[in-house]
Amino acid sequence: MEAQETTIFQRPVSLRETVTHYCPGCTHGVIHRLVAEVLDELNLRERTCGVAPVGCSVFAYNYFNCDFLEAAHGRAPAFATGFKRLRPDMIVFTYQGDGDLASIGTNEIIHAANRGEKITTIFVNNAIYGMTGGQMAPTTLPGQPSTTCPMGRDTATAGFPIRVVEMLSTLVTPSYLARVSVHTPTHTIKAKRAIKQAFQYQAAGRCFSLVEVLSTCPTNWGKTPDESTKWVEEQMVPYYPLGVYKDPETGRREVR
Amino acid sequence: MAKVLMKGNEAIAEAAIRAGANNYFCYPITPQSEVAEYLSKRMPEVGGVFLQAESEVAVGNMLFGAASTGKRVFTSSSSPGISLMQEAISYIAGAELPAVIVNIMRGGPGLGGILPAQSDYFQATKGGGHGDYRLLVLAPSTIQEAVDLTMEAFYLADKYRNPVMVIADGMIGQMMEPVEFPEKHEEPDLPAKDWAATGAKGRDPVIIKSLFLDPVALEKHCFKLYAKYERMKAEESRCELYNVSDKCDILLVSYGTMARICQTAIDELKRDGIEVGLFRPITVFPYPEDQLLAEVTKKNIKRVLTIEMSTGQMLEDVQKIVAGRRPVEFFGHTGGVVPLPEEVIERIKKLVVKRAPARKPASGRSKTRTAAKTKKKKA
Repeated sequence: MEAQETTIFQRPVSLRETVTHYCPGCTHGVIHRLVAEVLDELNLRERTCGVAPVGCSVFAYNYFNCDFLEAAHGRAPAFATGFKRLRPDMIVFTYQGDGDLASIGTNEIIHAANRGEKITTIFVNNAIYGMTGGQMAPTTLPGQPSTTCPMGRDTATAGFPIRVVEMLSTLVTPSYLARVSVHTPTHTIKAKRAIKQAFQYQAAGRCFSLVEVLSTCPTNWGKTPDESTKWVEEQMVPYYPLGVYKDPETGRREVR
Repeated sequence: MAKVLMKGNEAIAEAAIRAGANNYFCYPITPQSEVAEYLSKRMPEVGGVFLQAESEVAVGNMLFGAASTGKRVFTSSSSPGISLMQEAISYIAGAELPAVIVNIMRGGPGLGGILPAQSDYFQATKGGGHGDYRLLVLAPSTIQEAVDLTMEAFYLADKYRNPVMVIADGMIGQMMEPVEFPEKHEEPDLPAKDWAATGAKGRDPVIIKSLFLDPVALEKHCFKLYAKYERMKAEESRCELYNVSDKCDILLVSYGTMARICQTAIDELKRDGIEVGLFRPITVFPYPEDQLLAEVTKKNIKRVLTIEMSTGQMLEDVQKIVAGRRPVEFFGHTGGVVPLPEEVIERIKKLVVKRAPARKPASGRSKTRTAAKTKKKKA
């Protein structure tokens, strides 16, 4: 009898076959995969150029099977602007962490969004500096300990965490801005929808798009992977509400 | 093409377009804002990109991203703005991308002033940002030369896959002179840009980066860059001589605007029967070392006088090259004060009168420095 085999799950063409350097329980890998699946589904890989940040995902170019460029810390949106303006026919995305985007790169992200650059930013928010060893980020939650705020973030001196999507949604320039999470399968499916929408808007030449993805950092949080996803649910989601904050078509709506 | 009267900044902008740069990222700063103003009108005419960015930090990084496409890219600024671009310039050099950066220098340090100076020589010729790298640096002394060198800068950037900097000063940026653009811009063939990010269609992905976490790999990369700079030294070192003959016993060394002032002084002195020669480097990295050494060691040359619009930056290169073979003296103004030909003449006349071997320390603004022993770099 002939074997009846159907492939129902495989590595996206947009991902390379390689060993990951990310820590166990870190959700960067999930987010990489979502982006790769979207590039495959929209058939964009061959004309896509990714821009890596400085941070844990500095090696993004080792995982994605498309052209990849490595920018200076926080400058990916400026870098991507320069590239995209000269190659409007290409798809350009930046993949940035919260230290990269919300601290050293705030100027670049605000102005790229405000100019309405036709790029997509995948903003990975894990509330801490990962690569440098768990220092306080602009997104570290009040009271959350880190190696540079061992007693927990003191809002009296460090201020409150920056809500990037809310901040960018005050800009008048049309854009697609969403916050999603990947701490449960359901959230992951929704996250992929938002990422796909972001790339679709870029492919259509519509607007700037940014998807903030809440992510885990078990190593620097000092938690197990399970405790980490629970912490996202209980601590991060309440401070960083999920949803679409801006959409050129519909305005604010929930991710369904 | 007939000659046209143009402001230096505008002529440089037009030169970039004619060399094939159809994009310009910028941030306003005096005394070079006319480059941006001119190109805001001119870029749309040639179907190019004009973008006024949020900062010079962003400009530098836009240039970096734009260079990754393989197209010809350039930007311009003035001293404080160039400082802000150093981050990106270091990355561009590390990633081996071609780019042209024009610095219309003004007085520093800090916010400094807005008048012409040559005080960014160290920054331009010794790297500027972090890491082991060099820029190829061109120093025009007229607006025509600024046009010619700006156009050539794009070729050199492509040839070496390295950032090229044109250092002029506020005088060249702001002054008007007749200039002529070539009917047709011609340059030697260049290799295909197979390193450019154009989409991974039918090929493996292109990765453009400056990160090498393995120290052995990074060292190898740095030595590869170093070999490139050695090649620049062998192939691009350029200078111009003015009034150099065996009748001169003083050799002036000066570049850019300052060299023109020296030429006026030399012409004046000639009328008084005093013969002085001028050595003008056109590339300040690579510095025309062999050419300078050949001129300095001629029997008739008794002493060298370096003249700059700084407190003595190129002086250190001259001292290194002359290496004690002749006394090297210095005269300069800085902070936006442009020396008058009369001051240069006076300084030279003092030297002529002194004649005797200079053991006595010079007084006033000038100073005699003996060349420090410098070890030759080893690859």
